[in-house]
Amino acid sequence: MIAALIIVFREVFEAGLIIGIVLAVTRTVPHRNQWIAGGVLAGVVAACAVAVFAGALSNLFAGMGQELFNAAILALAVVMLTWHNVWMARHGKELAGELYAAGQAVVAGEKSLLALAVVVGVAVLREGSEVVLFLYGVLATGSDTTWGVALGGFAGLVLGALVCWLTYVGLLRIPPRALFTTTTVLIALLAAGMAAQAAAFLEKANWLTALDNVVWDSGWLLSDSSLLGKALHTLIGYTDQPTAMQLVVYLAILAVTFVLMRLYGAPAKATPAPAE
Amino acid sequence: MSFSRTLPKLTMFAAIALVSIAAAGAARAQSATEIQLSYKDKKFDPAEISAPANTPIVIKLKNLDAKAMEFESKTLKVEKVVAGSSDATINVRAQKPGRYEFFDEYNEKVARGALVVK
Repeated sequence: MIAALIIVFREVFEAGLIIGIVLAVTRTVPHRNQWIAGGVLAGVVAACAVAVFAGALSNLFAGMGQELFNAAILALAVVMLTWHNVWMARHGKELAGELYAAGQAVVAGEKSLLALAVVVGVAVLREGSEVVLFLYGVLATGSDTTWGVALGGFAGLVLGALVCWLTYVGLLRIPPRALFTTTTVLIALLAAGMAAQAAAFLEKANWLTALDNVVWDSGWLLSDSSLLGKALHTLIGYTDQPTAMQLVVYLAILAVTFVLMRLYGAPAKATPAPAE
Repeated sequence: MSFSRTLPKLTMFAAIALVSIAAAGAARAQSATEIQLSYKDKKFDPAEISAPANTPIVIKLKNLDAKAMEFESKTLKVEKVVAGSSDATINVRAQKPGRYEFFDEYNEKVARGALVVK
């Protein structure tokens, strides 16, 4: 039961963090709960589909289907997160201010919600398919430990939801004025981290072989498989053995986000956001 | 310190640093060592595999169990789901000499093995 709890918790932990951030980002947007719930639901359904077709997926692209699939959905999430940041740079004020009531802002707000719902869906899908495979494997054996495993799995899920809630509540403690800047930076780092992860998957598939030397090894200081390391891995893309390519991709995404926010941000008062 | 003002400079510095690092590490690229590994009844066979140092490694894993497993190694940075009764190819980048443990994440306690790089 404990083993099941740990496995499930480990998988839902990352999704919990991401959903918590998205909830905080969208706190003022109407109907956000439906959108995010929709994202979670779509993610769960997709996770089941991926689990069912795990073998077939794996065999695509000369056995590298899983890696390429992961890279692709991560890239999708990166685009959505970056788009959200750029969009918020232009419209954030409208949403927060009096213009809020204006129909257009609400409609546009839903556009941005769709992007974040996709991000939530991707987060759930990535971790969810492994949970489904694990639980299915246990249930299929039909041993008498089945109930214990189900219970452990459920407890792991509850803990993951707790992580989500704590992230949300923690972010809401930040004063509203600073919160916008904080979430902008958080989302930019989240996107950069996901892009670096996508690059890592492409490297594993041997689709990306340039700059694949490991730049440093900080595993002695903070292993990225420890809980803190894992949290930082999700939040800012920390990894203890990054390749040069991963670093390039990471920085490129930050630079692109910055440039796009400058170019398309509200002309009067753009969001050159102080980091802390 | 401003996020917006430091970022472009930081990016520049990093880019220059990375290009030089990459140039240094470019003299590489050897053919990969291929290793056959099978998995049955929550056991890896052989439980210990070996490979030469500083060359890329390809592990061909046959999951003979009906259930899916997840091949994972923290030190090798590998995580791969292998469906029941199917094969998987795992690419591992060139490693320094050492002992690298791997396991089935779904049965972490019992299903373990190691790659020894010499």
